[in-house]
Amino acid sequence: MKIIKNIGLIIFLMGLTIFAALPVVGTYSLSPKQFGDFVGQKGIKSDLFISDIQENVVGQNFEGMFSFAPKVTHALEAANAQHRKNKEYKKIIYTKPHDMAAELGKISGSGFIVENKGLMWFLTFGLGIIGALMFILPNVVLLGKKGIKNNGIYHENATNRGWIAWMVFIFLVSFYLILYFRSEYAVNWTYLVDPISQSLSGNLAGQWFVYGFMYCVVMVVMAVRMYIKYRHNMYQMVRTTSVLFFQIVFAFLIPEIMVRLQMPYYDFKNAFPLDYDFFFQWNLKSLLNSGGIGLFILVWGIVLTVVIVPVMVYFFGKRWYCSWVCGCGGLAETLGDPYRQHSSKSLFSWKVERWLIHGVLLFAVVMTGFTLYGFFAETGTVLGIKVQSIMDTYSFLIGAVFAGVIGTGFYPIFGNRVWCRFGCPLAAYLGFVQRFKSRFRITTNGGQCISCGNCSTYCEQGIDVRAYAQKGENIVRSSCVGCGVCSAVCPRGVLKLENGPEQGRINPTEILLGNDPDLMELVNRK
Amino acid sequence: MEHIVIIGNGISGVTAARHIRKLSDKRISIISAETDFFFSRTALMYVYMGHMKFEHTQPYEDWFWKKNRIDLVNAYVEGIDYKEKTLRLKDGTDIRYDRLIIATGSKPNKFGWPGQDSKGVQGLYSKQDLDGVEKYAPNNKTCKRAVIVGGGLIGIELAEMLRSRNIPVTFLVRENSFWNGVLPSGESQMINEHILEHHIDLRLATNLTEILPDEHGRVKAIKTDKGDVIECEFVGLTAGVSPNIDFLKDSGIEIGRGVKVNRLLETNITDIYAIGDCAEQHEAIGNRRPIEAVWYTGRMMGETVAQTISGNKTEYKPGHWFNSAKFLDVEYQTYGWVFSERTKKDSEKHFHWRHPKEKICITVAYHSDTNKFLGINTFGIRMRHEIFDRWLTEERNVEYVMEYLKDANFDPEFYAQYETDIVAKFNTEMGTSITPKKKSWKRIFKIA
Repeated sequence: MKIIKNIGLIIFLMGLTIFAALPVVGTYSLSPKQFGDFVGQKGIKSDLFISDIQENVVGQNFEGMFSFAPKVTHALEAANAQHRKNKEYKKIIYTKPHDMAAELGKISGSGFIVENKGLMWFLTFGLGIIGALMFILPNVVLLGKKGIKNNGIYHENATNRGWIAWMVFIFLVSFYLILYFRSEYAVNWTYLVDPISQSLSGNLAGQWFVYGFMYCVVMVVMAVRMYIKYRHNMYQMVRTTSVLFFQIVFAFLIPEIMVRLQMPYYDFKNAFPLDYDFFFQWNLKSLLNSGGIGLFILVWGIVLTVVIVPVMVYFFGKRWYCSWVCGCGGLAETLGDPYRQHSSKSLFSWKVERWLIHGVLLFAVVMTGFTLYGFFAETGTVLGIKVQSIMDTYSFLIGAVFAGVIGTGFYPIFGNRVWCRFGCPLAAYLGFVQRFKSRFRITTNGGQCISCGNCSTYCEQGIDVRAYAQKGENIVRSSCVGCGVCSAVCPRGVLKLENGPEQGRINPTEILLGNDPDLMELVNRK
Repeated sequence: MEHIVIIGNGISGVTAARHIRKLSDKRISIISAETDFFFSRTALMYVYMGHMKFEHTQPYEDWFWKKNRIDLVNAYVEGIDYKEKTLRLKDGTDIRYDRLIIATGSKPNKFGWPGQDSKGVQGLYSKQDLDGVEKYAPNNKTCKRAVIVGGGLIGIELAEMLRSRNIPVTFLVRENSFWNGVLPSGESQMINEHILEHHIDLRLATNLTEILPDEHGRVKAIKTDKGDVIECEFVGLTAGVSPNIDFLKDSGIEIGRGVKVNRLLETNITDIYAIGDCAEQHEAIGNRRPIEAVWYTGRMMGETVAQTISGNKTEYKPGHWFNSAKFLDVEYQTYGWVFSERTKKDSEKHFHWRHPKEKICITVAYHSDTNKFLGINTFGIRMRHEIFDRWLTEERNVEYVMEYLKDANFDPEFYAQYETDIVAKFNTEMGTSITPKKKSWKRIFKIA
């Protein structure tokens, strides 16, 4: 069994190595015809850019994206600068330089990778999946009897912030940086999944399709790990199945199929304000121009946030969204599970958390106010501030850096819910409902707590669960996503996630159950 | 300002300190030579197993003590002069107190076995014991086999710890079935099976006779009363604990096995109290033992003595007995009294149900004449403390408990529920026709 695991690890690392090498290899050559078609399709009017590319790129062979991309980005930046200087605003190209490099790179790729997409898929994704499963599946036997299996988590390099954790950190951060800011280096990855993308939406894959596909693959593989690790715990099994379903069907398949049907790309479970650009002008316009389905999405999006989300939180707690439905939560609960113990439980972190998450919510709401005002008043400037610059700031700081690079990249160091705990505006909104008007609580079982601290250690949201449990108090916290792991790891059966009557949900107890009844009266009299 | 000094920073002493602080403005000092900060000793096993780091066992952050004006003194108390109200510390200094709380906990029992002080022979109680296991049994190369002596709760925890690092374990149990002085036979039998499933070499009805050290004073083998010699590098002595009060001999404070206290937790000396594992009641309370080495009783005594010290004379009156433990993968809870066949009265009858495949079972004890519900043991099913506490107070009969058993279930959502099976078996055995009632929030929360 150990041998199978080790072979699996080697196979996985082979796949990962090939995947990691792809951004910097490959041959790119742009033919005059390809470029001509591209200019036509994009409606590029900048003669400077066209001639620059024709002169320096077309008909030449480039080895690796490092030699190809700078030519394109320079050409674009120089052309735009010149046009601005000459006040030829119609000729300015609004595609961002790195996106332009990615688009041109995609059509100019040639050679082995492009000609063997299936094989390359197998050598990256295929090997990764096979290797990872070979590494994970033997645990059915190796983990022994059913039960909590956290042995060695703080002895293992990978799960105790050792060098492996830091390597994973570097890999994830780099991956997100490429995805958000240097998409041209993702071009080779897009080839791998072109056939899949075409079979779904009919289009070639972009970097976001790679991301979406990879997201699903990672979640499926790591869900297998969850199923094995928590096989004694039905709550974890059901919950894992639920997040998998919503990711694959709602976040991945339905939007792609909608594109094939000429409908807007939309993830029906992605609620505003997590879906922060829902009320952006371009989205509203696109929805309003998409006929009936667009209108339906518009209404659904509003109803989801205003009615469905709070009502469901009232009945089930925010867990129904955060650890049963949400994609961010889904990744955190599968890929992130080995790192859940790293979320800080200090009071200081809690203070930081409250400032940050509510700050982001405020930011999102104010931004949306500006965009909606701008939309209805048909102006680009509100209160002397350019709406576009607010949206750009949010998209960059919160959408890309916080949610992506930090949110997932920092898993191995700060735990798997960095984004959900410190940044997600939807979580902040749900948190208010959960804290003040909900039937959900984690019930503490009388006086059974022995203060061992397993619950706090494994709380991914950084809640000091033990601080409540050892006082006999129920846990009613806005940040709790109801993953159920505190209850799972408790050796004494102290914690239970429940939806019950609001009466008695919060139970301040000076003296724990089991001690002298007179004392309790005494306390109650005070 | 009155100076309250507490010897021992375990759950009892720390709870006392916290509650005195809540109730008063007195000066509070806690003295301990074990660790600088309070930690939960119930979690020591998880540190060795790699579930947690030692810092995770500390329920309060380091700033907590200063903020709450609780002085922590790292020192070892060698003696008490109650006439001068002074403690003598090992480093030669003295500490004066106005009122003193002794909360020094337990130490592992050693029954005078030859070689019991060899290196690599120890209990599992203190932080130093944890360091010892880490030193003498860090892996299965240094420690090719470990022997555990004494089949109780700590013994099985130590076995689980060592198995987590794949160290072969021989487990010597004096009784002919695991913990059958406490557990009824069906349950004890199930745990025997579970121990074997975990590849632990369980030897029932076997006693340690001698520990054999090598030339460096390290344990190399043990002998049993069956004549076996078992080579080992580590011996865990887990045959119970006794109060850690050697420093009180000749202090004038009355001691038996523990520090003798009355219901107010006062010793025979004015202004000196004793709580937790080290306290011994003059007379046992109900079915409880005079010395209770249990986590929550320590906590409750701390809560109680804090009231008394803060001017609210309060007797220690523990409510209905409850407890919990975990045997490897099987959780155990108990509410009320279920005695083993060896200790129960004739009037105590048992109803036992066991799952056909899983390690799940319950035993319900009731009075043979009145059918009054006496207590329940559950294995692999979690139960609601408040519900059983209420039923015991209300003196419900066993039929009532069966009928409303679903109200008491505390397992996580989506877990398979066994009340129907349990009640069906009960009906068959008792000739009753009880239908289990659906779980009701109204009943659970007593909402009118």
